[in-house]
Amino acid sequence: MPVSLTYLEQLEAESIHVLRETAAVFSNPVLLYSIGKDSSVLLHLALKAFHPAKPPFRLLHVDTTWKFREMIAFRDRRARELGLELLVHTNQEGLKAGVSPITHGAAVHTDVMKTEALKQALDLYGFDAAIGGARRDEEPSRAKERIFSRRNASHRWDPRRQQPELWQLYNNRLGPGESARVFPLSNWTELDVWTYIAQEKIEVVPLYFAAQRPVVERDGMLIMVDDARLPLRPNEVPQQRWIRFRTLGCYPLTGAVESRATTIQDIIAELADGRTSERQGRAIDHGAGGSMERRKAEGYF
Amino acid sequence: MDATEFGPVHRDLLRLITCGSVDDGKSTLIGRLLADAGAIPEDQLRSAIPHAGNNGLPDYAMLLDGLQAEREQGITIDVGYRFFTTPRRRFILADTPGHEQYTRNMATGASAADVAIVLVDASKGLLPQTWRHSAIVATMGIRRVVLAVNKMDLVDYRQGAFADIVTAYASMAERLGLADVTSIPVSALRGDNVIAKSDAMPWYDGPALLRFLETVETVDASSKPFRFGVQWVNRGAAGLRAYAGTILAGRLRVGDEITVLPSGVRSAVSRIITFGGDLEEARAGQAVSLTLADAVDVARGDLLAGSEQPPHIADQFAADLVWLDEAPMLPGRPYVMRLGTATYTATVTELKHRLDMNTGAGRAAKQLDVNQIGFANLALDRQAAFDAYADNRNTGNFILIDRVTNGTVGAGMIRFPLRRAANLTWQSFSTDRSARSAIKGHKPAVLWFTGLSGSGKSTVADAIDRRLLAQGRHTYILDGDNIRHGLNRDLGFTDTDRVENIRRVIEVARLLADAGLIVLVSFISPFRAERQLARERLGADEFLEIFVDTSLAECERRDPKGLYRKARDGKIANFTGLDSAYEPPGNPDIHLRTAEMSVEQEVDLVLQALRQRGILD
Repeated sequence: MPVSLTYLEQLEAESIHVLRETAAVFSNPVLLYSIGKDSSVLLHLALKAFHPAKPPFRLLHVDTTWKFREMIAFRDRRARELGLELLVHTNQEGLKAGVSPITHGAAVHTDVMKTEALKQALDLYGFDAAIGGARRDEEPSRAKERIFSRRNASHRWDPRRQQPELWQLYNNRLGPGESARVFPLSNWTELDVWTYIAQEKIEVVPLYFAAQRPVVERDGMLIMVDDARLPLRPNEVPQQRWIRFRTLGCYPLTGAVESRATTIQDIIAELADGRTSERQGRAIDHGAGGSMERRKAEGYF
Repeated sequence: MDATEFGPVHRDLLRLITCGSVDDGKSTLIGRLLADAGAIPEDQLRSAIPHAGNNGLPDYAMLLDGLQAEREQGITIDVGYRFFTTPRRRFILADTPGHEQYTRNMATGASAADVAIVLVDASKGLLPQTWRHSAIVATMGIRRVVLAVNKMDLVDYRQGAFADIVTAYASMAERLGLADVTSIPVSALRGDNVIAKSDAMPWYDGPALLRFLETVETVDASSKPFRFGVQWVNRGAAGLRAYAGTILAGRLRVGDEITVLPSGVRSAVSRIITFGGDLEEARAGQAVSLTLADAVDVARGDLLAGSEQPPHIADQFAADLVWLDEAPMLPGRPYVMRLGTATYTATVTELKHRLDMNTGAGRAAKQLDVNQIGFANLALDRQAAFDAYADNRNTGNFILIDRVTNGTVGAGMIRFPLRRAANLTWQSFSTDRSARSAIKGHKPAVLWFTGLSGSGKSTVADAIDRRLLAQGRHTYILDGDNIRHGLNRDLGFTDTDRVENIRRVIEVARLLADAGLIVLVSFISPFRAERQLARERLGADEFLEIFVDTSLAECERRDPKGLYRKARDGKIANFTGLDSAYEPPGNPDIHLRTAEMSVEQEVDLVLQALRQRGILD
């Protein structure tokens, strides 16, 4: 036996512990599957935690209809291969009203098609706990997020209702209408996630790896032209450039980075001396100060 | 790290907590550790550089602000977690504020920490807060302490200044039982002895802070006796019954004998299942699933242990208690307890003392307020398996949860089991309660009237009593004022005494109901938690909560005993409805809105409910 567990083994064990607690104490938990690398790790951990049983909860994807096409293909294939039940929810009212990142901008689109849609889905299925892949290192306001975080009946986050978390004793008791958000990857960093993906040979969406893709440069971001819905501005001509994505979301709102990292090892090397934060490519985070915190209070995951 | 270093990663994990205030340069120290370890991306780093008020040096403290509200108030008000990695180790650093709520936040951050860094300003020496921080570190069971004497640049890097502080701290550490202290002179602002050894202090021959953190040995839980907490029963394949959980201490091999606690049933481990395949052996920290050789009864909440050095089994124990909630801890009040993966109902039966955080002396106390630490006896609703916290941090801790707000209100560290309950056995008698009630022609019941002083509880209870007596029923009235003249005359009106007052009344009502009577309890009983306790002690079948709902204004207008006037004149303290809270029932069995009905109508409503429940035929 080795002298001690490695830090990845310890992080993995902690996450599995959290997933098992969630399954044991909540009556109707769900895993929010957003198709990104963190969701891929989360899903892998869920497979491990309940082996040889299948994870005792369903997967939920909130589809804004503006995700990269490769993401949707990947999502459907993975759910099929693993034999897991995947629920896909889209805010139909938003869709009917024609809400899109193009016409309504990042803030409104995210509010209606993501935050509002998530609340709809949680209410529709009566989930009392939603497991997500958010990490404390993503953004300064996340550093103080709990592993078991409470939301009130309208899914809002109230800093005063968050409970101190000591040892591995989690308070799962909820008041009427309250629900929990559970973050098993709280203590992981972006680098941990990639190192783990490499170690465990976890499959991720190919968009994370550099390739020549059609992009336009817009407001300081590299936006990939994923389909014909992206209206080109005058003088904008899509160019084939070597790019990859550090996070994946709605394609018109997700900035690519120029990169030649075509393997996981390349990505890890890039991260080790890459010196920009992970979410800097996300248009939604860059509003007034404390933008993410306000979003969370409103029910953003 | 470059790509060639990628591969099997042998780094381990160290959890640490920093104790100190912004004035000690704590945020600057953490910011420096994170920035120099490459854990802060350049776009975030830019926001901290430069800072005019900081002599042009980076304001690392800026990097640590978490919430917008905190930035506006200029203080950190909660525990934040930061991560950094070096070629040797991965670190999880709990950043806790030194100001408001420091006990609560520090206890939270310290609960999982292997090492505590206690920061002292070299130009100021030891302060009262140094003692407070160190006392919490000791209480939370952290064995290894780094005394970081910061701002050495302000004392011209003098060895004498450092030595004086080290000597003074040694006696403090000895009193607190902190045996493993490493002292390091640093300047977080200038980076001396933080990441690398400083030329400014050639007289110091120890390691720089980061080097020490990279090499300090952590406690090896796998050398302790085997413990495994059952989280979830896995029935994933035909005939499979595996127990999923984390190995909390020790090692385990297939074939090892184990004991299921608290039941005491024995079996042997037949498989250690993981996703990557079955294991022959596993160790502390691993999350696995176990199968046993025999079909024994095992459920979530059970603790599996080896045959040697078994855990304690008891329903009472003594523990150190850290209070986390604005509402005080009241002895006698029931709380939900999470201990391991099990859930209990627990009460503090005796608060021995609370710790004076300035002197370390134990002080007599009737309750624990937020941010106070006490030593108490607790009683559980059934037997639990546990270790002393000093022997095993993973199996000797618990949290207390308020049953109404569902908030985490207390955290405890078990010292030793109490055996008193084991010597008292319940006497069984041959005549049971159903036989007693059968000869009375009705079932026993407790009608619990709650409401403000002057709301009309005693009036309606008395009217019901007369009606029942006229029907030949057997009744008894327990009245708040009358009981306080006798059984409870030693109790006052503090929250603590109110809880004990109700506890005794519940027990008396229980005895009378056991004797087959219909008991009418007329007590203000202002707190939901105690009324809920009454419901649980007496059983939902026999307990009716009756809310005598009269507005405060109306009660004060009636003022039958002149009490409101006295309270308003300041002659009575802690008067319910005025300076002491009344928590109205959320969902009473019977709601008497006295403004809308006569006493006769109220009596009819209650008797109707008794017939519906089959208490009266």
